[in-house]
Amino acid sequence: MSYSEKVIDHYQNPKNVGTLDKSKSNVGTGLVGAPECGDVMRLQIEVDEAGLIKDAKFKTFGCGSAIASSSLATEWLKGKSIDEAITIDNMDIVEELNLPPVKIHCSVLAEDAIKAAINDYRQKNGLEVLKFNESVVH
Amino acid sequence: MLNFPIYLDHNATTPCDPRVVEAMIPYFTNNFGNAASRNHPFGWAAEEAVDYAREQVAKLIGAEPKEIIFTSGATEGDNLAIKGVFEMYASKGNHIITCNIEHKAVLDTCKHIEKEGGEVTYLKVKDNGLVDLSELEAAIRPTTILIAIMYANNEIGTVNPIREISAIARKHGVLVFSDAVQAVGKIPVDVNKDGIDLMAFTAHKMYGPKGVGALYVRRKNPRVKVTAQMDGGGHERGMRSGTLNVPGIVGFGKACEICLTEMEEETIRVSKLRDKLQTELMKIEESYLNGDKEHKLPHVTNISFKYVEGEGLLMGFNKNIALSSGSACTSASLEPSYVLKALGLGDDLAHSSLRFGLGRFTTEEQIDYTVEQVTNTVNKLREMSPLWEMYKEGIDMNSIEWAHH
Repeated sequence: MSYSEKVIDHYQNPKNVGTLDKSKSNVGTGLVGAPECGDVMRLQIEVDEAGLIKDAKFKTFGCGSAIASSSLATEWLKGKSIDEAITIDNMDIVEELNLPPVKIHCSVLAEDAIKAAINDYRQKNGLEVLKFNESVVH
Repeated sequence: MLNFPIYLDHNATTPCDPRVVEAMIPYFTNNFGNAASRNHPFGWAAEEAVDYAREQVAKLIGAEPKEIIFTSGATEGDNLAIKGVFEMYASKGNHIITCNIEHKAVLDTCKHIEKEGGEVTYLKVKDNGLVDLSELEAAIRPTTILIAIMYANNEIGTVNPIREISAIARKHGVLVFSDAVQAVGKIPVDVNKDGIDLMAFTAHKMYGPKGVGALYVRRKNPRVKVTAQMDGGGHERGMRSGTLNVPGIVGFGKACEICLTEMEEETIRVSKLRDKLQTELMKIEESYLNGDKEHKLPHVTNISFKYVEGEGLLMGFNKNIALSSGSACTSASLEPSYVLKALGLGDDLAHSSLRFGLGRFTTEEQIDYTVEQVTNTVNKLREMSPLWEMYKEGIDMNSIEWAHH
């Protein structure tokens, strides 16, 4: 199985690798996946007073597609409002990275990480925790 | 000068040695005859070549030429041995003993046997990947007809105590079959000293062509028979019908001859390189050697680099180095290697493993380059790994509620 050029590029030059201070009230952290399943993603967002995501960081344990999916997700998140951010769909990631069917779960994981980070932020700031439909592909 | 890509996946297959190819070529063109054509020079030349190859193959494993049944490869050999014994010895019993880290060609054949009314015991190997002899002996029943244990494992390179296994089998009057694909041509294998009754092996793992292998079937003490699994012209003493793959068999013979002549020297050379690779890579923090340290093929090592996922790791250098991983992501099943899991490794360590299979054409320069590339990529990916960060912060990863998906 060969990777798309975009996956290779994100793998070789990942965007926004790092850690935000999770104790800050304007930082939301999502940690999804499990070591036994071969992929764990941690995605963090930092939200400004206007409700815009001013920074996003990730760290991922997983294959190249998982790394690329989370790297892409952080790029897309920056500058979006948290309401816009929830609309990021895993299939957008699949399309952008040309992921093959066996790698769709990597994009699902990235979507789950975004939602988990947003909910963490909402919870910290006294907002209602959003309920999401179970993702289809796992 | 390094030429890319570097091949370190010799457990999967090996390149044909140029001397093997050279020996084969006349048998595609001028000497194209059918070895079963008894009435003209084309047939005679082919038969003579096959007879010679049969001697070369037999010599490598200490057998008689008549005990060699040519097959299409080891998967066929595994099927023929297990199904063939099961059918031939049905009046004696229906129980087979094997182990849980056998190749799929053995495990799936055993599953088939179970559907046919046979009983199979799958021994759990010890944490070092070797069969437990006392468990093996305890598993023998009055109805046991066959013990099917691999000589060496394809993923971790461990070598089973075959002589001890066959001694136990002899004591109980049970036949021994061994899938010896990874061992033959690499380490000394002698069917008489090792007490093996049936043994499958293949040319393409020892610098011969793909599509040809052999099943050794003992003729004396005891005389072993298998029921043919393919009906036809009764070739190979009635055990394997089908026109013989003459060029393939000639190449197989040549490959065996080369392995026999060069084994001693080659083992010293390649194990030195393997040891260097292993020693250097084990210097990486949180790296774990999989499988027994001592009872191991000279050209194989399997190492897990904790907190880094295997496929992600391979991607760092797989344009230049061909390797394989026990990670789920390299297979369609999304399950990590059943062999590594059988050693009691957690799924996380199984996901983090790389298998290195060195070979006849591996150089020290290639090993040095591989050490450098693997080390750099492990370090780079750990900087990107949330698990590594947690480990460094002293967080107990078992305390986290992971969302299993």
